[in-house]
Amino acid sequence: MDLRYTPQEQAFRAEVRQWMAAHVPPAPLPDFDSTREGFEAHREWERTLHKGGWGMVTWPTEYGGRGLDLIRWLIFEEEYYRAGAPGRLNQNGIFLLGPTLIEYGTPEQKARFLPAMAAGDQIWAQAWSEPGAGSDLAGVRATATRVKNAGGGDDYILSGHKIWSSRAVHADWAFGLFREPGSERHKGLSLILFPLNAPGVTVKPIQRLDGKPVFAELFLDDVRIPAANRLGDEGQGWAVCMSTAGFERGLMLRSPARFQVAAAKLVELWKERGSDPLLGAEVMQAWMDADAYALSIYATASRLMAGGAIGPETSTNKIFWSELDLGLHKTALSLLGAEAELTAGLPGAAAPVADWLDGYVFSLAGPIYAGANEIQRNIIAERMLGMPR
Amino acid sequence: MDFRLTDEQEMLASEVAKLLAATCTGADLRRLLESGEAIDRGRWGQILVMGLPGVMGPEEAGGAGLGAVEMALIATACGYAALPEPLVEHAGVAVPMLAAAGADLEKALFGSRIAVGHPVNPLVADADSAAALLLAVGDDVHLVQRAQVTLTRHDSIDPFRRLFAIDWSPTPGTRIGGAALWAQALDHGALFAAAQLLGLAQRAVDMSVVYTKDRVQFGKPIGSFQAVKHHLANAQVKIEFARPVILAAAASPGSVRVSHAKLAATAAADAATHAAVQVHGAMGFSWEGDLQFLLKRSLALGQAWGTPAFHRARVAGHILSAPLGADRTFDAPASEEGRREAA
Repeated sequence: MDLRYTPQEQAFRAEVRQWMAAHVPPAPLPDFDSTREGFEAHREWERTLHKGGWGMVTWPTEYGGRGLDLIRWLIFEEEYYRAGAPGRLNQNGIFLLGPTLIEYGTPEQKARFLPAMAAGDQIWAQAWSEPGAGSDLAGVRATATRVKNAGGGDDYILSGHKIWSSRAVHADWAFGLFREPGSERHKGLSLILFPLNAPGVTVKPIQRLDGKPVFAELFLDDVRIPAANRLGDEGQGWAVCMSTAGFERGLMLRSPARFQVAAAKLVELWKERGSDPLLGAEVMQAWMDADAYALSIYATASRLMAGGAIGPETSTNKIFWSELDLGLHKTALSLLGAEAELTAGLPGAAAPVADWLDGYVFSLAGPIYAGANEIQRNIIAERMLGMPR
Repeated sequence: MDFRLTDEQEMLASEVAKLLAATCTGADLRRLLESGEAIDRGRWGQILVMGLPGVMGPEEAGGAGLGAVEMALIATACGYAALPEPLVEHAGVAVPMLAAAGADLEKALFGSRIAVGHPVNPLVADADSAAALLLAVGDDVHLVQRAQVTLTRHDSIDPFRRLFAIDWSPTPGTRIGGAALWAQALDHGALFAAAQLLGLAQRAVDMSVVYTKDRVQFGKPIGSFQAVKHHLANAQVKIEFARPVILAAAASPGSVRVSHAKLAATAAADAATHAAVQVHGAMGFSWEGDLQFLLKRSLALGQAWGTPAFHRARVAGHILSAPLGADRTFDAPASEEGRREAA
């Protein structure tokens, strides 16, 4: 155990810091969900990142990455959040689908999708949930029917109704879970990649509780997709999705730096406005939890780099960061007092006042998406602790 | 950067755990309790054979020359077993104090126990079976022979916590150090109490898992009910996020992270023992069940070596004064400001 950065790791940090200082936009970009303009401004930022070689540092160089290890990814993320760089528009792609493509994709699929993903040319949405399949994801009903096409090759005809797809309002592509007609539960599922502008796809925005269109419903009416867009073997979609979910819960969806930066801001807010000792205790808890999460992720990264695998213990991560995020923002609103409900703060208020409210609304979803925390508790009890199903 | 235990560290932890699993069962604890003795001689003999008192002793004095990470692993195993003997305070606090003071270590490494009367703790644990005691006069540390003090026992709800008030008078020549030695002792005491709390928290969850697989109600093992599962899952989450804090604190002793470790482990042990009592039902608060040993130790250790309020004050001192940020996870800031605040 050696909890010191090597000189090479420190040099890498300095390199990231320098690049961020020169390239991060001085003013925040308009948010990527509310308008096409904000979405495209973020796409432009993804392109800037890619040109600098920072699109996805852990990916192999041939796919637009730098082939770096997970400790360097953590260092990159720390510097990214430290610099206040824009949110990652293509998070569904680079952090969730990307690692799954690297694990399950054919060479052709990797070459086709990963570089475009890293470059920001293809922004991805996830199409898993359905009106009748949320926590019980194996209950999806949308179908992929295999048919011959005019050229003699195979296509799928996709049909069904997907919902709660983040970023789908403006995104280019989606990765969806579909079943062979007549199959049931975990069998007969396939993960299929499809463009959101394909004929037969209708995207209907859904507003978050503050009115922002952060996700969408997808209606698929006989959408024809080449069979080459299936990721992993036919019928093996459940295993492929669980691999994605492992990354999602385990490591990449929420990097620790995000919470450490938020906790440091919370401490500043406490210095300005704190007088209630109970809130002081909450601030300390938020700071300590962000620290504990960072340490835990460093431990996981070290284990994975030495050949270890992600296991059911990642379910503890998802519960921990989502509750940390919600608690942190609730504490911030309590410190803001009567000002907390004001969507732009009082006249002359600094921008962070409104950011806390937006962050709070976002954090409400944390215990729900990526597998509700109740499902994670079942996974911990059954697969980590060995309790009966 | 590599946040993994070495193979040697893993092996040490597993050897100690094996020894205690074989010699420190619930039946062993009850037998010791009925005997009225402070020490199980057979078990303590095996602890000596493994050289555990000298884990942190310098090699030139006959110790193993290992560090706080190894000691934290041993303390975790001791907590898991609810070990009655005062190995952790002796090996993890007293021996490093003697080593830092340049005192003779020979007896302490090979059998004689030293009790520690740190000013942060109102009473001295296991003073009756100790050969000598480290006691405070103001900031000074005195090494005092057992025969020079008079003890008054105060019963703890934990029958294996033998707590004493000490009546004694300093004599010339017993002073071995000052405030820096007490500060080091506090860091070690709090860190290894945290490690014990982590171990006993995991034991409480593990015992509960076994119980809820066996106990049948409504025709099913109660462990199949989500309400029961979620109690234990919540406790396990706290355990998972206390463990790396304890290891990181052990890797940089003297940092404010020791206080974070103590707070996180106390919260994990509190959550785990109370979840365990709940899922054990009436068995959870009966004398007959072994869970009582964990619950009582958790109550005691959570407040020993600095209460949660004491450690929160140290954390507050740090976050209000030190630069914070995502790039500072491994800065290992000293906890001096916090110490002054708390004092």
